[in-house]
Amino acid sequence: MIVKPVAMRDALLERVWSQMADDQTIFFVTADFGSPVLDKIRVDYPNRFVNVGIAEQNLINISAGLALEGYTVFAYAIAPFITMRCYEQIRVSLALLSEVRRMNVTLIGVGAGYSYVVSGPTHQCYEDLTLMRCLPNFKVFSPADHITAAELFDTCLNTAGPKYLRLDAQVLPVIYSDTLPSVSVGFHVHQTGETLCFIATGYMLHTALDIANRFASKGLFVGVIDLFDLVSFDTNHLASVIKPYSALVSLEEGFRGRGGLDSLLFEFIARRSLPLQMLNIGVEGGYSFELGTRTELHEAAGIGPNAIMQGVKNFLKSIQGIHPPSSLLA
Amino acid sequence: MAGPTIDLVEKAKWVWRETLAIHRRAPETRLASSLSSVEIFVALYYGKVLKFYPSMPLDQRRDRCIISKGHGSICMYPILADLGFFSLEELQRVCKRGSFLGGIPDPVIPGYETVNGSLGHGLGVATGMALALKRKKQDSKVFVITGDGELHEGANWEAIMFASQHNLDNLVLVVDENSISMLGHTDEIVSHGSLSSRLSAFGWECAEVDGHDVYALQTLLKSKVTNLGKPKAIIARTRKGRGIPGLENAPLSHVMNPQTELIDRLLEDLR
Repeated sequence: MIVKPVAMRDALLERVWSQMADDQTIFFVTADFGSPVLDKIRVDYPNRFVNVGIAEQNLINISAGLALEGYTVFAYAIAPFITMRCYEQIRVSLALLSEVRRMNVTLIGVGAGYSYVVSGPTHQCYEDLTLMRCLPNFKVFSPADHITAAELFDTCLNTAGPKYLRLDAQVLPVIYSDTLPSVSVGFHVHQTGETLCFIATGYMLHTALDIANRFASKGLFVGVIDLFDLVSFDTNHLASVIKPYSALVSLEEGFRGRGGLDSLLFEFIARRSLPLQMLNIGVEGGYSFELGTRTELHEAAGIGPNAIMQGVKNFLKSIQGIHPPSSLLA
Repeated sequence: MAGPTIDLVEKAKWVWRETLAIHRRAPETRLASSLSSVEIFVALYYGKVLKFYPSMPLDQRRDRCIISKGHGSICMYPILADLGFFSLEELQRVCKRGSFLGGIPDPVIPGYETVNGSLGHGLGVATGMALALKRKKQDSKVFVITGDGELHEGANWEAIMFASQHNLDNLVLVVDENSISMLGHTDEIVSHGSLSSRLSAFGWECAEVDGHDVYALQTLLKSKVTNLGKPKAIIARTRKGRGIPGLENAPLSHVMNPQTELIDRLLEDLR
């Protein structure tokens, strides 16, 4: 089936807009950040829309107050600003307060990883998965295409508590055109393979599938999993899915070794004593002011396809008892 | 609220005494900032200002009271117990294991709405509640009590701008202006100048009052807003550590604990 790709935010906001007709409890709050579909929301439902201005601390506080009064709140801003600018408001009045008060608030952050390509490190976001997944009571979602972003809407609507939804700023190719991702499972197995399994989140799923195809043409068949729910995924199911492999490759558009997907998977396999080796693909070093295409920035940061291919080949050579196809290592 | 008229001055004396007695048992509590706000809370809770329902603290009909200066509101413990939000015996267990009455009040206490330990959060959340009530056409009011030192937190001013923009005349800010934060006088740290001038410039309706004159506070809190459409601020000029020799208005009163002998003498004098 051919599905025309759209921006994740428009796919999600279309669902919000549609639901607002029937559900009088939905309230949309933005920190002066827009989208074409947001224009429909603010025109059609002015009584359940507010723009707080460029004021993310107030965005969170207003959202908390609305939620305490029974509204289901969607709060919307650029990813680094809706997470880090107002982290203490998030901690105190969402994560902590939801211990004792029922609150339904979804934070929608646009601009995952390098998706604001030429805007530089203020608008790029490599820390949010780490910061948001360490808050108790928070759920964290990182979709790879607009279909997944839209599918997560029902979960956000119907699950009490605070949630963070990390959306890409660019229009990405459609991945789930035929099979919808299983939101209740929290991850999706795109292909099974031998020896090696890629576990990617967000944009990096596209890279993982691309590399898996290139490896397949050389006789190496790897598994590929999209982990889009970083907090409440089905742990037993994931353990059974990755058990047959010898090694995992984690792929994230965030800092490597600083508490993101890689740390999540290290903890996961260690707690379950799974005998898996792991290679972590994430942004190397620190902040960068380099300009270029997203792929060029990714290569410079060690998360582009060429860098990953080389890294995986070296990784395979280092694992004892594994014999990858010689055509691959040539 | 219906019910008999209460002598607010006598009630304030009782709350002052009970607050001191709690501090005697639990010296971890902040005494000085809890004594500057006694009359503010007495006027709100006994002066027929707030609508509240002790057996159903979160009843939809209630007025919301957001106590942002959390640690400086230990005087609320005897008030809430006296009004039946929980039993008076709880006051014997403040800061003890198994009690919900901590050194800083948390929303596990019946009658507290939000998390208050970290300063500068209450006004923003209260503003969100006021917006919600407006949009739902509910006529409950939202009262929020902050200190003046707390208004150094910038998030307050985001909310202050927002509240006047949205004509939140159901929002009443009471500033316990005791003029002292932890390390001294706020005027010498970062001065607010005249808070009522500043808030007026931000589009708020402002009034100043002697924050220890409980009847003047009651009158102001009950009075109708003259300019409909504006949020309202009451600047209550108070004295930190009021009534405690050596503590009252002392620059470091926030972190000072009076000698137990002094507390015992003061409590004895009030018998």
